[in-house]
Amino acid sequence: MKQDVVIRTVCRLVVPFIQLFALYVIIHGASSAGGGFQGGVIFASAFILIGIAFGVADARKRISEKCTVLFSACGLGIYAGIGILCIVFGGNFLGYSFLPLPLPVPEIRGLAAEAVEIGIGITVMAVMTSLFFDIAVDEEAV
Amino acid sequence: MIADHLPVLVVVLPLVGAVATLLAGWADRRLCFPIAMATTVIQFCISLVLLSQVMQTGPLHYNLGNWLPPWGIEYVIDQLNGFVLAVILFLCVLSCLYANRSILSEIDEKKIPAFYTVLLLLVTGVCGIAVTGDLFNLYVFLEISSLAAYALVAIGREKRALISSFTYLVMGSVSACFILLGIGHLYIVTGTLNMADLARVLPPLYGSTVVQTAFIFFIIGLSIKTALFPLHLWLPDAYRYSPSAVTVLLSTIVSKIGVYALIRILFSVFTPSFIIIDIPVMEVFCWLAAAAIIGGSVIAIAQTDLKRMLAYSSVSQMGYILLGIGIADSIAVTGGILHILNHAVMKGCLFMIAGAFIYTSGIRSIEDLRGIARTMPLTAAAFVIAAASMIGIPPTVGFMSKWFIALGALESGQWIFVLVILASSLLTAVYFWKVIEYMYFREPVPACGEAITSARDPPAGMLAPILVLAAACVLFGIFVSIPLEIIVPFVTGILGGT
Repeated sequence: MKQDVVIRTVCRLVVPFIQLFALYVIIHGASSAGGGFQGGVIFASAFILIGIAFGVADARKRISEKCTVLFSACGLGIYAGIGILCIVFGGNFLGYSFLPLPLPVPEIRGLAAEAVEIGIGITVMAVMTSLFFDIAVDEEAV
Repeated sequence: MIADHLPVLVVVLPLVGAVATLLAGWADRRLCFPIAMATTVIQFCISLVLLSQVMQTGPLHYNLGNWLPPWGIEYVIDQLNGFVLAVILFLCVLSCLYANRSILSEIDEKKIPAFYTVLLLLVTGVCGIAVTGDLFNLYVFLEISSLAAYALVAIGREKRALISSFTYLVMGSVSACFILLGIGHLYIVTGTLNMADLARVLPPLYGSTVVQTAFIFFIIGLSIKTALFPLHLWLPDAYRYSPSAVTVLLSTIVSKIGVYALIRILFSVFTPSFIIIDIPVMEVFCWLAAAAIIGGSVIAIAQTDLKRMLAYSSVSQMGYILLGIGIADSIAVTGGILHILNHAVMKGCLFMIAGAFIYTSGIRSIEDLRGIARTMPLTAAAFVIAAASMIGIPPTVGFMSKWFIALGALESGQWIFVLVILASSLLTAVYFWKVIEYMYFREPVPACGEAITSARDPPAGMLAPILVLAAACVLFGIFVSIPLEIIVPFVTGILGGT
């Protein structure tokens, strides 16, 4: 693959900011525009950008197939786990206010909703990335 | 304590199961099947507990996240969803058992964890549709189950499966758009998504064109999902090219949940007075269903491939369910809902048998099945029972639901549909008799002689679900009062009358 210096450099510069922005979108999801899905997609776009600029093989080195599978399972696990924890502590599924944290109820709600958003974000990021890897054909391999 | 949370656990359990299958598939592929099987069995037990609770104490309500409806999402289980949930999970358990052996020859070994994961996601979506009392939640679960279904169709080795999966995806997405637009329209005029709340708020707005448009969108969207006759084009290929176990799932679970969603929206979100008097949509429904019944049967006669023939027969049989609902007489609706159970049992059995023929002999064409009854006696016998039920010969289940639908048509004075049912029964007999004749009374063709003589009844894991379903065809026909006890209170509740 013939690499363009400009593309590679810009990509290297931009990727950290994309990821930071993704985290911002995920964290602000519960209280304003954004959320786990949008943030996850933005985060995945960072990996996709690396894949486009440096080649799929290089991107695979940074996030392997096992990683994406593990992450997608983890995210779902966080979501379902928090939901079930609420049942264990006497609430309904996703009844955040029942979680026994030493905080006022609105804050517990906010935190738990945040954690759920993070779970969703992780899963979306992993699935989006692996979708790209599945579709993308490595130029060197062809 | 846990008993209060069963409505949500029936949805969360397969989700957790899917994660567990995915991770276990890494350690050892053989772990996937036991996990999936255990999940569906536990779910089936939960659904039975739920059903018995509903029968004793009336509808169950569950507020997700402790938010009160109509603000939060509410799960509601009444007789209809309790019944549908139990039927679907019963078929899930059997298809999962059947899949264990049958997919080994049909998909790559490294895709087995993916297969069970997606299967459990499909179950998640389907159970979600069944239990939810929230319109938007229904749409989300409809998408989950549809996406899982597209993936399952494409998972096999056949190249054509990719094309049929893509067609299915396009049609499914069009239908999802219609449904989402319908939900959006209702939300604009009412500001609520809770089904019970909508049913309360909507009646004064029935004159509004927005509500009427929403209604039409729902009908079109769900008609594509259930493959109502002129919109069925995605169905035959999807059924034909997917792995046998997936065909069983599609024909029993996915199509039935579409019908359930349709019934729910027709009768629980809108009221019977609206769908019968304000917009005479039921009449249109009846004629479309009649076209489906006759058209599906006629095309099925022309098929040479067994799975494809069964697929067209599904189009015809879905017509029965919709005809029962369309006549909108309490007896006919009872028959239509009963046919959800019946068709799931019969068609599940038949598709499993078609899969068993492919598994043991590799034969797909009806003509090549000559003489197979000698080497696969139990499978062929099960086929005859299920076929008899499809035709509607007493005392099988197929007879009971057709009887109720015909009776309902007579009661409401719509003679023509009795003729349709009669004509279709004869057509059904034609195409099933052809298969039975080839299986029992013909000598094998030389080209397939080897395959026929070396064929054996499939292994126990595949034979057991086939025999259970064949037995169910007869048992539910004789003890038809058991499902009726569940359905009749629901129908009386929505339509009044006897």
